[in-house]
Amino acid sequence: MDLVLPRIDWAPLAAMLPVAFGGLAALVGDLFLPAGRKRFIPALGLASLALSILVSIGLWGTVRFSVNDAVVLDRFALFSYLVFALVSILSILLSMDYLDASAPDQGEYYSLVLFSTLGMMLMAAGGDLIVIFLGLEMLSLALYTLCGFRKAELRSNEAALKYLLLGAFASSFFLYGIALIYGATGTTVLRRIVAFLADGRPPSTLLLVGTGLLLVGFGFKVASVPFHMWTPDVYEGAPTSVTAFMIAGTKAAAFAALVRVFLMALPTLQVQWSAPIWVLAVLTMTLGNLVALVQNNIKRMLAYSSIAHAGYLLVALVAGGSPGATSILFYLVAYALMNLGAFAVIIALQARGQELLSVADYAGLGFRRPVLSACMALFMFSLAGLPPTAGFMGKLFIFSAAVEGHYHELAVIGVLNSVVSVYFYLRPVVVMYMNEPAIERPLVPSSAAAIWAVALSALGTLQFGLFPGRLLDLARQSVAALGG
Amino acid sequence: MEWLLFVPLAALALGTAAFVILLRNPIYCALALVGTFFALSGLYLLLQAEFVAVVQVIIYAGAIMVLFLFVIMLLDVGHEPPPWLRRDRPRLLLGLGLVALLVLELAVAIGSWIAPGIRGPYTSDYVNAVGNTQLIGRLLFTEFLIPFEITSIILLIAIVGAMVLARRQ
Repeated sequence: MDLVLPRIDWAPLAAMLPVAFGGLAALVGDLFLPAGRKRFIPALGLASLALSILVSIGLWGTVRFSVNDAVVLDRFALFSYLVFALVSILSILLSMDYLDASAPDQGEYYSLVLFSTLGMMLMAAGGDLIVIFLGLEMLSLALYTLCGFRKAELRSNEAALKYLLLGAFASSFFLYGIALIYGATGTTVLRRIVAFLADGRPPSTLLLVGTGLLLVGFGFKVASVPFHMWTPDVYEGAPTSVTAFMIAGTKAAAFAALVRVFLMALPTLQVQWSAPIWVLAVLTMTLGNLVALVQNNIKRMLAYSSIAHAGYLLVALVAGGSPGATSILFYLVAYALMNLGAFAVIIALQARGQELLSVADYAGLGFRRPVLSACMALFMFSLAGLPPTAGFMGKLFIFSAAVEGHYHELAVIGVLNSVVSVYFYLRPVVVMYMNEPAIERPLVPSSAAAIWAVALSALGTLQFGLFPGRLLDLARQSVAALGG
Repeated sequence: MEWLLFVPLAALALGTAAFVILLRNPIYCALALVGTFFALSGLYLLLQAEFVAVVQVIIYAGAIMVLFLFVIMLLDVGHEPPPWLRRDRPRLLLGLGLVALLVLELAVAIGSWIAPGIRGPYTSDYVNAVGNTQLIGRLLFTEFLIPFEITSIILLIAIVGAMVLARRQ
């Protein structure tokens, strides 16, 4: 029997190839570069991401499907690629001076960052549940290693192990869900699932249980309550540059996949899945914000804040339809900018490997490092959702999508939660400007690359806060296929 | 007729899997896992997936578990008391409660399974005509070409990750 190999349409893969080759090149390049020239590796990573962005922009508007729908090229995928590239570029800038310049593992670090970006891209573009799962595994495997990158630190080891065990647990739920959906519909390809459900027969319980298990798997990845247990420990223990990457990247990728699976493939089941997600959203927002109130470690505080933000994004998912999906995409950009910006400030302020992790460490910095402190204040305002920042616009769009979808109660709960969150986001700002430092620390020049990351994020946060129109328009185009 | 084989194999798989987490000695746990793999391989045979069944035994029961046993013996992992002897009974009960809920949910799902699955194109006649192994090979290089290639990158990441974490500083 002869085998006819399928003709591969390369267009859907085009934006991924630079990232994949960048990851490989970082590994190989590390072998040949002399010890003093290691700065070339992150530069290579940045170049491959820039190339991927150019390809994505060039392909904007094209709709194609690769072999058996494995990877889909549409505006939604391309928009997500741009978000991931942004996250990845800012994370590489953060890491350049954070990693010990003489560390032997530079090649591996950047190649794992690039490969996890590739995993995120596969999650957003997967037209087949199997590809989404493989993307998730690619992202997670790379992150398990990155969490444990500081081998000498016990907390880093703990973070890696915890993330690995709970991640594997979550993956098995996800796989079980896929298997049940396959049993119920006879396919794992999203377009065929849509076609199968189109004839309006009532969904079998098997399909519903499969969808529920899938939701549990996603719940772990977006750190929604009650699947959030790992988040604070992992985010606190991982190296700060990795925490920044995870906090923005994993969430963006998981929500892109959630939109693709729940809003694009299973909208017919919305009546059934919106109720559990409603509960998850309320629990996640409330618990995240309340526990963040009592945190003194700034990484832990941002970890709980990331849980709360997952809750806001779930509100948009419940609202559903085109407005919900649009607000998710907009919020992901705002969320990435403000979180990476805040972490960039933390890294830029570190002195001789001593990170400022407790809120009290920030006392008096407002006058000693005026620009960085002002940027930190801006990111905190944005996280709290105060104008004129991207965070404010993002929340505005999410809550108006909720109102449009007749989920007034969710919008009210969300706004109340935002009010609570103002307290803990403004605490570092108050400490920076109002408190006297307990001990004088020597001023050390900050890493130039981290300053770039701060500047880019601050610019973006203001830009999309003051002039959100263009980004919103792009987001709306990206989900046009949803209709409504 | 299938039930005669299915029920004992499924019970064996579940029982040995329970032993993996309940036994005290890590070596017994690993051996119980070998039992699980054999039971699963029997279930695959029942589904006429001969290739997967054989691979399950060769790779999991053979290669991977032998490696596990080596590691356990070399590291001389201590004997942990099983969970019910530790004093966190509330958590154990909570866990068991959640497991019961999940089992119940699945039972309801399968019980009300009115449309009994979807008849796919891969009936046993078709599989036997093409050949079990050949069919898997064909699918990997046609329909599942892209997922197959993605897997190679995932394996590369796993190798790099293991190298990074295991290397001395």
